[in-house]
Amino acid sequence: MSDVLLSVQDLHVHFDTYAGRIYAVNGMSFDIHRSRMFGLVGESGCGKSVTGLSIVNMVPPGGKIVRGKVLLTGQNVLAMSEREMQGIRGRRISMIFQDPARSLNPVFSVGDQIVRVIRQHDHLTREGAYQRALEMFESVAMPDPERIFRSYPHELSGGMQQRIMISIALACGAELLIADEPTTALDVTIQAQILALLADLRLKERISILLITHNLGVVSETCDQVGVAYAGQIVEMGETGDVLFHSKHPYTRGLLAALPKSATRKSALQSIPGNVPDGLTLLKGCPFFDRCQYAMEHCQHTPPPLIPVGGSVKDHWIACYLYPQEQSG
Amino acid sequence: MNQTPLIEVKGLSVHFVSSHGILRRRIRRVRAVSDVDLAIYPHETLGVVGESGCGKTTLGRAILRLVKPTAGQVLFEGEDLVQLNPSEMRRRRREMQIIFQSPQLSFDSRFNVLSLVAEPLQTHTSLHGEALTQRVVELLEQTGMPGEILFRYPHEFSGGQLQRIAVARALALNPKFLVLDEPTSALDVSVQAQIINLLQRLQAELELTYLFITHDLSVIQHISDRVAVMYVGKVVELSTTDAIFNRGALHPYTKALLASAPMVDSAARRERIILQGSVPNPANPPPGCTFHPRCPVSLPICSLVEPKLVDIGDGHLASCHLLQTEVAYPIAPSVLDV
Amino acid sequence: MTLPERQPVDKSEQRLIRFGEYSLMWRVFRRDPLAVASLVVIIIFILGAIFAPLLTAYPEQGRGVPNITEKFKPPSSTHLLGTDYLGRDVLARILFGGQVSLSMGFLVVLIAVLIGTPLGAISGYYGGRLDNLIMRITDIFLSFPSLLLAMAIAAALGPSFTNTMIAIAFTWWPWYTRIVRAQVLSMRERYFIEAARSIGVSDMTIIRRHVIPNILTPVMVQGTMDLGSAILTGAAISFLGLGVQPPTPEWGSMISNGRIYFLERPWFAGSAGMAIFLVTLAFNLLGDAVRDAADPRTRRVAP
Repeated sequence: MSDVLLSVQDLHVHFDTYAGRIYAVNGMSFDIHRSRMFGLVGESGCGKSVTGLSIVNMVPPGGKIVRGKVLLTGQNVLAMSEREMQGIRGRRISMIFQDPARSLNPVFSVGDQIVRVIRQHDHLTREGAYQRALEMFESVAMPDPERIFRSYPHELSGGMQQRIMISIALACGAELLIADEPTTALDVTIQAQILALLADLRLKERISILLITHNLGVVSETCDQVGVAYAGQIVEMGETGDVLFHSKHPYTRGLLAALPKSATRKSALQSIPGNVPDGLTLLKGCPFFDRCQYAMEHCQHTPPPLIPVGGSVKDHWIACYLYPQEQSG
Repeated sequence: MNQTPLIEVKGLSVHFVSSHGILRRRIRRVRAVSDVDLAIYPHETLGVVGESGCGKTTLGRAILRLVKPTAGQVLFEGEDLVQLNPSEMRRRRREMQIIFQSPQLSFDSRFNVLSLVAEPLQTHTSLHGEALTQRVVELLEQTGMPGEILFRYPHEFSGGQLQRIAVARALALNPKFLVLDEPTSALDVSVQAQIINLLQRLQAELELTYLFITHDLSVIQHISDRVAVMYVGKVVELSTTDAIFNRGALHPYTKALLASAPMVDSAARRERIILQGSVPNPANPPPGCTFHPRCPVSLPICSLVEPKLVDIGDGHLASCHLLQTEVAYPIAPSVLDV
Repeated sequence: MTLPERQPVDKSEQRLIRFGEYSLMWRVFRRDPLAVASLVVIIIFILGAIFAPLLTAYPEQGRGVPNITEKFKPPSSTHLLGTDYLGRDVLARILFGGQVSLSMGFLVVLIAVLIGTPLGAISGYYGGRLDNLIMRITDIFLSFPSLLLAMAIAAALGPSFTNTMIAIAFTWWPWYTRIVRAQVLSMRERYFIEAARSIGVSDMTIIRRHVIPNILTPVMVQGTMDLGSAILTGAAISFLGLGVQPPTPEWGSMISNGRIYFLERPWFAGSAGMAIFLVTLAFNLLGDAVRDAADPRTRRVAP
């Protein structure tokens, strides 16, 4: 059996708005392996959140997946009917979002909400679902699970709400958890708790996690593999160590150079000139062309393909003409 | 530092009181800032860091008197701002300005760039017409924005560009002091670097003093001379950046905070300390030391008596019983070295 | 340091961006067929009211001059909607009546907005005792059923167009005060308002320059919806005889006068009733559409 749980292939997503057509995702491709944490990292407008939603076929209104496949153990999720998708969401693939308070229904207790999900997918009795719920709460290190079961969302702190969300997401044995900026809205000390929890769950429950974030530090400390997204495409991808400490793509290197570090105290930070593209124009050639200090004539006309250029453990993928095909292997 | 401070905050408290319940009987008092003493010296950058509810944002606003202090003094060049009447305060406002977290929301989107940057000049000076436009263009160019943008509107710009315009507006009246409230938190990493560089350059050129509020430790380490760590309305540690980041912070909360921040920079990574529980409710803080329920090394005295912010040595201030008591109980060094 | 130029945007896009909010609202609005239809209906009525003397062959009858010989004639080719109990052409009466009813509606809403908005803005911005005072006064007015209060005031002032207008406006301003106050309360904490305060702009200037222009949209939505109700209320008061007096035409009094003949000769009370119904419905639908157009969430998605 293949190691690959989820394979996103050449995903293209557009939005039609009053301001024009927004090309949010333009050929995003990556694989997520079993029991691994994959970090999809990028700045605003790179299409990472839309990609996450597309995997469960839940693009916001106005958006359309115009091309591409999302293969969950070989089956194309995008070709499924809505009914089949409902069997996938919450059961095989679950998702948690940035603001847990907005994902929880304020008029029901959290216990009600998790039991509802459990009974929807697994048809347990009330008692059975209750037991499973308590087990889930324990697995996310909730103190006093019975009291929490009866509590309402507003009675819980942000960190606890996010734990509830994680427990709901995993209640029916999901194989893949998509976490879209799960800790961005939380305090740093709470963020550390939640990230430790996710890492722990990955090992114990053997789930795969797609972590979508803009925070390179988070990715560095928690993810096995990283995909760097820019303007709706992956520009660099591979093991975390390779991508962050042996980065090859000019954008990745620019991004890392721009981070304040202890060594650069008080001196000017290196920044990437210009701004991220706004997605309103379909770019010919490499999306990073107008900001790249190594840009060549060739880069403007055809987009560079994402090719492997060898890495420490697994392949290190780059989409850049600085690294021609010959180097693979 | 042996200079006279530009700003001295003494015993500053900001409490938000609201009444609840039937007949409005129950009073809820949120102690956003409790009895804070601080000094900010000319030309320095004082960083203030902390998590939600720590009061850093309220502190910045209280210094500018955008929020009414409940008690205490804010001395600007010796003059207590809290006591000034509205017109005197108006005059003082020229010397202190604020940059906000969200560049998009910092502007009234109905006005064009010229009107927005000109507003302070029109309020306080008699500049008008050509001279006014000229001054606006100068200010914009100083922050790296071309003069051609005068008639554009805020929604036409990116976050980074808007933040530059915000800085231009803040510098219009040649202030001495700027409060920067999370100025880069809403910006992408590459843009954040541009804005930080800009702020540092301007500080040197214009001899500005900054109060830099943020939750991002790597930014604070980069830009600040001194750092104040706040927790639930109080300053728990205050020292030079070097002392806190390189020579090892002393307060257990600061240690945990530094350890929690995820960093790419592996040289800066520390041993993980995962704190239990969550930040307490500022309306109902724990007795004694507010940090004691989560503190890995709390002593019995910590739940009873609130520690004061005192000098531990070399001007390094911390409020922690562990660091202050002449030790009555022997404590193994490994416990201190969490 | 120079920054790269933004992608050039074509001219129509630029114009859209310049006027931003309202232009975008119009674009959303015009896609809704019901919205456009109600706008058309309203425009027809307004034009009918403005050009009333030119649109009918019987202008004096419209104004009230009776023509007893022709009374109770049903709709025909000479009198499209028939004649009333005094022989006056009903269509003419409707057109001239529109002048009265529509202008009453507009003026009532205008006055209510002009009174309510500044009060709400001051109340919301300053808070404290002033806010309490204004809110308690508002509450007093709102505790009366508005129609009854308007009737009482109209009765006290005496029947006339102006007095009716004052009476209704008097019962309506509190709604706008409430709406504006709520908007101002949320606006007060915005960064750009704090920025203005930190610059040293005086409070009154902030309210005038920054607060009020930014809260106009909800006021506009409410005002549009209220136009229908204002016309209806005016008609109700005149129906009861407390408002506009004969011979001045007014849709409400027309219904009142035509009531007793309705079963056998429905055309004059019926026409007036239809007019009120159509106009009120159109304004309600228009108000709904304006509210949808103003809502940033409905705007995001293009069809």
